[in-house]
Amino acid sequence: MNKIFDYIKNSQIWRSIVRHGYPDTPRNRTLAVLSNFFLHLHPVKVRRSGIQLSYTWCMGGMTFFLFLVETITGLLLMFYYRPTAELAYEDIVALREHVPLGIMRELHRWSAHLMVITVWLHMYRVFLTGSYKPPREFNWNIGVILLVLTLLLSFTGYLLPWDQLAVWAITVGTNMARATPVLGHEGPGAALLSFGGLDFIHAGDDVRFGLLAGRFVGEGALLRFYVLHCVGIPIAAAVLMAVHFWRVRKDGGISGPL
Amino acid sequence: MGELIKQAVDWATSPTLYFLEFTLAIVLVLRFRAFFTKKSVIVAFFVLATAFFVFAFGDANFNRIVTKPDNIPIVILLATVIFFSWLSLRRGYINDERVKKGLPTVEADLGKKKVFTWPDLVYVELICMVLFTAVLIIWSIEIIAPIEEPAASARTPNPSKAPWYFLGLQELLVYFDPWLAGVVLPSFIVVGLCAIPYVDTNPKGNGYYTFNERKFAISFFWVGFLLFWISFVILGTFLRGPNWSFFGPFEYWDLHKLEPMVNVDLATYFWSGLLGQPRPADPLIREAPGIVLLLGYFLILPKLLEKPLMRVLYGGNRQHLVRFHVMMHLLLWFGLIPIKMLLRWTVNLKYIVGIPEWFFNI
Repeated sequence: MNKIFDYIKNSQIWRSIVRHGYPDTPRNRTLAVLSNFFLHLHPVKVRRSGIQLSYTWCMGGMTFFLFLVETITGLLLMFYYRPTAELAYEDIVALREHVPLGIMRELHRWSAHLMVITVWLHMYRVFLTGSYKPPREFNWNIGVILLVLTLLLSFTGYLLPWDQLAVWAITVGTNMARATPVLGHEGPGAALLSFGGLDFIHAGDDVRFGLLAGRFVGEGALLRFYVLHCVGIPIAAAVLMAVHFWRVRKDGGISGPL
Repeated sequence: MGELIKQAVDWATSPTLYFLEFTLAIVLVLRFRAFFTKKSVIVAFFVLATAFFVFAFGDANFNRIVTKPDNIPIVILLATVIFFSWLSLRRGYINDERVKKGLPTVEADLGKKKVFTWPDLVYVELICMVLFTAVLIIWSIEIIAPIEEPAASARTPNPSKAPWYFLGLQELLVYFDPWLAGVVLPSFIVVGLCAIPYVDTNPKGNGYYTFNERKFAISFFWVGFLLFWISFVILGTFLRGPNWSFFGPFEYWDLHKLEPMVNVDLATYFWSGLLGQPRPADPLIREAPGIVLLLGYFLILPKLLEKPLMRVLYGGNRQHLVRFHVMMHLLLWFGLIPIKMLLRWTVNLKYIVGIPEWFFNI
């Protein structure tokens, strides 16, 4: 057995991928992190206090992990889901009826719930350890935006099953937009944008209309939410996550006493 | 006996009491942290909570609402938030005691030593990922993602609830109009969170748990996050039923439960109650008392508090005047929420300023 392992490890293929020996010496441990694209997000050495589970709660890392789970399961779901008012509900039911032991929708849904919780707890931990203080002010702000994006990701995904729960939860949520000051047709100040009895802001052109592509949650809203859910927000979140992680490094790694 | 407990719990979870109990709990836990951060306390708490759940599952009404597949995450949320609040307070307490004795904090002590990312960090990450994956797979096999009847815009379910993480905002709709509860206040939450690092100039408590060195910041965040966000999510999920009426955890969600609404505007109190005359027709004159009150609240109050609070928060350093006023303004918006809640509970106040003609109600 050892002979086979040795053979594999000394083959040109293996050595072209992994450029160091088994990571049990300081040199190889350093190389393991430095020469791996994914691991080089981390520094070679970290403060012992910064990796204590009771210090970090591992919530930021798990949020990222759940984002990856959502990406993979979401991609698989996209193969079977068509975002139209006639087909969306049928496709969701078909996922349950026609796929024996299928758990992709379950994984996607429960991970999404969990991701909202982990991202809140991550924020909570960062606040409680004062990790937003200089020099990490800017990264805290990126984090706040990422938290909002996580909620929006979940919110846009909520509509896609196109059942009663989905449509009415989104109706309740987007009804708020009607009341946006100045820009919503039932918001304070909207009446000011009216000239000679002609309303500039009405149910057919206010922010809610822009969000839903209609006066109520219908087919237009479904497509709009689908595109935002699968493409728009994930791209924005991915870019900001890259900045977030990079800034963690640039601001001195996982926070610790100065 | 069982029925008595159920009735007591239903009574104790009514929105007013619920809020006051939560507030009291936060004050007590922070004040007596030496006791509450003991390991035995959290163990006892979770044992009691589990015992309560086992007892409560026998009740059909409780069971129906708590074991709804989409409500399971909220039970997880409640348990994790309580545990992590305890953990952070405990670590803070230990550090504070060490600092009192002149010792470095736990983090400073441990932080002197540096370890290799491989294996110390990557293995923690790997184990966390494996555990999460296992939990998710078991959860997904055990509990099927629900799907309700197909969407029908003509049939409104009752209650219609927003996604659970926005239920805190939906709860605010009880006290505020949508333009405040759904647009202005959430925007201020985001702006306020972003502003935190810029208004908090306290250099202490950076990178370690503490309570003594950041009393105001941590108490404020406990109130904001635990009381006004998490507790509202729990309230909205488990205790709000049809017509957004309150239902105790053991109460049947009766569609016809009616709660009398006898809320009165401030203008009515002022003109009819105090002056004994009909309300003026012009909205600006009619609402003048409320407008004056709010202007005083937002413009004059910060000026009055400037001197004493500047000394407490910024050591009286005039350089931080802009910081102070930004923070004050955000805090005053935040303060509007408990003020309105208390006024609603005590004098049934509907609007401080109520100009429905312009959708301008506060």
